[in-house]
Amino acid sequence: MDKSRLQHIINTDESVISIKGLYKSFEDLEVLKGIDFNLFKGENIAVLGKSGTGKSVLIKIIVGLLKPDEGEVYVLGQQVDKLNRKELDALRLRIGFSFQHSALYDSMNVYQNLAFPLTMNIKNLSKKEVNNAVDEVLDAVGLMDKLNQMPSDLSGGQKKRIGIARTLILKPEIMLYDEPTSGLDPITSTEVIALINEVQQQYNTSSIIITHDLTCAKNTGNRIAMMLDGQFLRIGKFEEVFDSNDEEVKGFFNYNFIQ
Amino acid sequence: MINNNTKKYIFSRGIDDYFTGVHKAYKFTSLFFKEVIKKPFHIREVINQCFEIGIRALPLITLTGFIVGIVFTKQSRPSLEDFGATSWLPSLIGIAIVRALGPLVTALICAGKVGSSIGAELGSMKVTEQIDAMEVSAINPFKYLVVTRVLATSITIPILALYCSCVGLFGSYINVHTEETSSIISFYQDAFSTISFLDIFTGVVKSIAYGLTIGLVGCYKGYNATQGTRGVGKAANQAVVLSMFLIFIEEVIIVQVSNWIRYF
Repeated sequence: MDKSRLQHIINTDESVISIKGLYKSFEDLEVLKGIDFNLFKGENIAVLGKSGTGKSVLIKIIVGLLKPDEGEVYVLGQQVDKLNRKELDALRLRIGFSFQHSALYDSMNVYQNLAFPLTMNIKNLSKKEVNNAVDEVLDAVGLMDKLNQMPSDLSGGQKKRIGIARTLILKPEIMLYDEPTSGLDPITSTEVIALINEVQQQYNTSSIIITHDLTCAKNTGNRIAMMLDGQFLRIGKFEEVFDSNDEEVKGFFNYNFIQ
Repeated sequence: MINNNTKKYIFSRGIDDYFTGVHKAYKFTSLFFKEVIKKPFHIREVINQCFEIGIRALPLITLTGFIVGIVFTKQSRPSLEDFGATSWLPSLIGIAIVRALGPLVTALICAGKVGSSIGAELGSMKVTEQIDAMEVSAINPFKYLVVTRVLATSITIPILALYCSCVGLFGSYINVHTEETSSIISFYQDAFSTISFLDIFTGVVKSIAYGLTIGLVGCYKGYNATQGTRGVGKAANQAVVLSMFLIFIEEVIIVQVSNWIRYF
């Protein structure tokens, strides 16, 4: 997709996620050490960094799976750690979360996996309405023929796509992708990258893409946030981030290039 | 920011961890009792789980109940024969099976068969982030996974215990019938003549307690599983060991209480 076309739909006056001074530790281990950033409406930010730098912890805090030790996290104008269960659930309906290992319910087939969040959250839906919604998202991820298959019968790339479809069924305004291309071959990675961009365009979502894959970051992020040791080292357009003599940045770039 | 989170223990790591574990288990149990009365009730999932648990445990309970009936009758016969009291066999077996053996055997089998499977299932869902996936889809995983399973074990195990008692009595009848011809009706009449309402009531109450224990322990261990696949195995194993331990403690307490009521 032509990314320059997207620039005009990013509204830099309206931030959908706003994070100020975020800290998080697990016992002795400090994971996030003062994160500040804004995600604007319609924008994709790729958070790039080595494994264990706290990237996934960041999005788990955004969706309320983890609580911050310090700092403020505002999502769609609401401070996440101050919400009660009901308010948090209402907010979560507006956020899609794609897990690193897809996290498909392995006792359910593809249809049931997709219909489950819908039927559990929206009461009194007719069978036809559920089927239409499932067909729509399966069509969006290009896996119409996998309707009755079990997750164990799907390839890694297909699982990722179904995982994304499951989040799309609730029509989220924000998408959070945790390592969408990890463990995939280059061709499947390219397909998943294309899908992330299609989702941004088709569903008009704002997204955070957590990745250690430079290609994924470059092709999906309108901005790149380079994360190191629980802090954002650099944040900006891809060229701005990597046009640097910083040893850490160069080291990461070279590592990915070799990979 | 300086990290001030270096953990200091009140007593020692082991003792602190033990009390933290007890507190976590208490909170988990309280949450169950809070959530069980709140909407939505997921009745279809409860029925589904009851069916799963019943089907899973039924063959083993049938076989074990039957064998317990035969063996217990065989073992009791010589002692009663010494006193010329073999005619008391049906009532002796009836009391033993309905009061103690039926519920206990059912609970132990379900702890092994159902408790481990709940622990492993939830443990696997936990380590593969399926529980988190429910959470981020605005579905309350505790309500959907834990409450439904604990309710199902609490409903199904008393039914299975009554069934086990009936099968055990039938096993006993087969043994009695091979030794001295008697009709099944007179055997059951003799067996039930000494069983009071309190016996059946206590049997049902203790089976409900066992069901709650098996469900809660299995769910707690699975829901808090860590360390990947190793954690899943550990959760399943601990679910069985801890539920069996608690079942024996409950057995002693309930027998004591029911005896007080009986002789009050």
